[in-house]
This record gives sequence, C-alpha cells and structure tokens, in this order.
Amino acid sequence: MRKLRIGLWVLVGIATFLFGLFAYQLGQPKDEFVKSAMVGQPIPAFDLPAASASRPALSSADLADGKPKLLNIFASWCVPCAAEAPQLAALERAGAPIVGVAIRDREEDVDRFLATYGNPFTRIGRDDISEVQLSIGSSGVPETFVIDGKGRITYQHIGDIRPEQVSMILEELRKAGA
Amino acid sequence: MRRLVALLALIPALIFGVPLLAQDSMPPAPYAYQQLDDPALEAKAQDLMITLRCLKCQSQSIADSDAPMAGDMRHQVRTRIAAGEDPEAIRAWLVSRYGDYVSYKPHLSSSTWPLFAIPVIVVLVAGFAIVRRMRARK
Repeated sequence: MRKLRIGLWVLVGIATFLFGLFAYQLGQPKDEFVKSAMVGQPIPAFDLPAASASRPALSSADLADGKPKLLNIFASWCVPCAAEAPQLAALERAGAPIVGVAIRDREEDVDRFLATYGNPFTRIGRDDISEVQLSIGSSGVPETFVIDGKGRITYQHIGDIRPEQVSMILEELRKAGA
Repeated sequence: MRRLVALLALIPALIFGVPLLAQDSMPPAPYAYQQLDDPALEAKAQDLMITLRCLKCQSQSIADSDAPMAGDMRHQVRTRIAAGEDPEAIRAWLVSRYGDYVSYKPHLSSSTWPLFAIPVIVVLVAGFAIVRRMRARK
C-alpha cells in the first residue's frame, strides 16, 4: 500500500513537470526563422541576368573576386526591404560592397524601387524563380549574406537590417576579411 | 464631403484586408502549377512534394501551398524529376540548404533518435512488468 502511494506521488510529480514544461515552452516566443545550412559553404555557381539597366548582372564569379561582400536578397514588392534601405545606404557609406539579388521582380519595378529608396548595389541579379535563393538556403526577403573573398558564405542575416545592427553586419564583414 | 467619400471607399479595403504590395506580380514559375506530361514522373514528384515543407507557411507542404516560393520549389522538384534526378537526392539537396526542418519525412539522426528509441523502451518496460505480474499471480 505504501509502495503504491509513493508510486502515485511519483506520477503526480512527472505530470506536474510535464505541464510545467509545456507552459514554459508555450510562453516562449516562436522562432519562425529557417536558418540556412549553407553558412560556411562556398556559394553555388549561378549566373543571373541584370535586374535593372542601372547596374550590371550578377554571377557567382563576381562573388569570388577576392573582396568580401554583402549579398542582399530583396524585392521591390517587399515592404521590409524598403524599411532596411537606410541601413543598406549606411553600410555602403561605411565602405561595404553590396550586391543584390531581386526575387521575382520586373525591371520597371526594380527601377522604381531603387529611385525611391536609393541604390546601394554595385551589381543586381534577377532571380525570377527564386533559384539562387533556394540554392543558398534563403527562405524570404530581405536577407543579407556575408560572402568572403573566395565566395564562401560566412554569415546570414534574416529579415531587415535594423539601425542598431549595422555595426554588427560591418563586424561580420570585417571577420570575413574586409 | 470628398474626404468622406474617400474614407468610405477605404472601408472595403479594411474589411477584406487588401494586401498592399505583399506579394509579387510575376507569373508563377513554369512548373509551379503545370504537371509533368508523364503521369509516372508526376506521381513521383507529387510523392516528394507532399513531404517537403513550405518555408513561407511552415505548417503546409509545398504541394498544398500557394505561396510563390512554394511554387518555385515545386518547379525545382518537377524539373529535377523530369531530368531524371532521384527524389531522395532532391530531398537531400534541400536538406543541405535548409536543414532537416524542410523535410517532413522522419529520419534517424543524433537529435531524433529518442523519438524512435522511447516507444521501443516503453514497450519493453511494459512487457517486462506484465510478465513479472503474471508470474507473481501463479
């Protein structure tokens, strides 16, 4: 009988622990970001046409020219991309070379977007079927990748770059050898 | 008066939640909604697509989702299947980009082994307890 009573208390303890665990986990903010598994890997080969007449096209060879760069995945139809434009401008002023990939976009829309929010890019490729985006493990716009001089992905930033994150991005670029 | 009319005109937009530039206006990728001509290949692609997670709407498979990115992923799957690629190779390609999360198919790894081991342990413990009790009764 005594053994049974102890056993029951153990069960109560386990149930309490489980409910506590559920309550704790449900209270945690959900992390919906899917991180790229390509960080640390060389960027897959690609050759995109130009997204805008104002800048040359972008291929993977341009990312392995010895100079670390920021690769910004954006789109003219993406609202947070407009929100991060001042931060990209600040990064450009700080000397960061930025190349862009426009996802599912039209040339006239890209041109209008760049005219409105500024053009920090040295090259912009046009990815109509998200092919390059899928190949580097990016799951949305905007995202910013740090690519070292050999074309290796060293860092992924998901979502728009906030003003307080500009120095952190520059630090990641410096770590990549800039 | 004109301002009032303009405000009234906004009401349907507020009720129906017209998205403001939330998505692109580009046509979908060629094989996003177009099935492969060969039914056998299409079935192969379909079997794979229902086990791949849409990254935009994470509780849906790419076969279920109308997100443009899911369409682009279907295009990848169908063109690769049509080119003769093995479905598991395509899954591996996506897992190497997005990690295990992109695949709904359970697989054994250093972080998932308890999911497979715990039921076996529970059955063994229960079986052991039953056997002991049966013996005690005799």
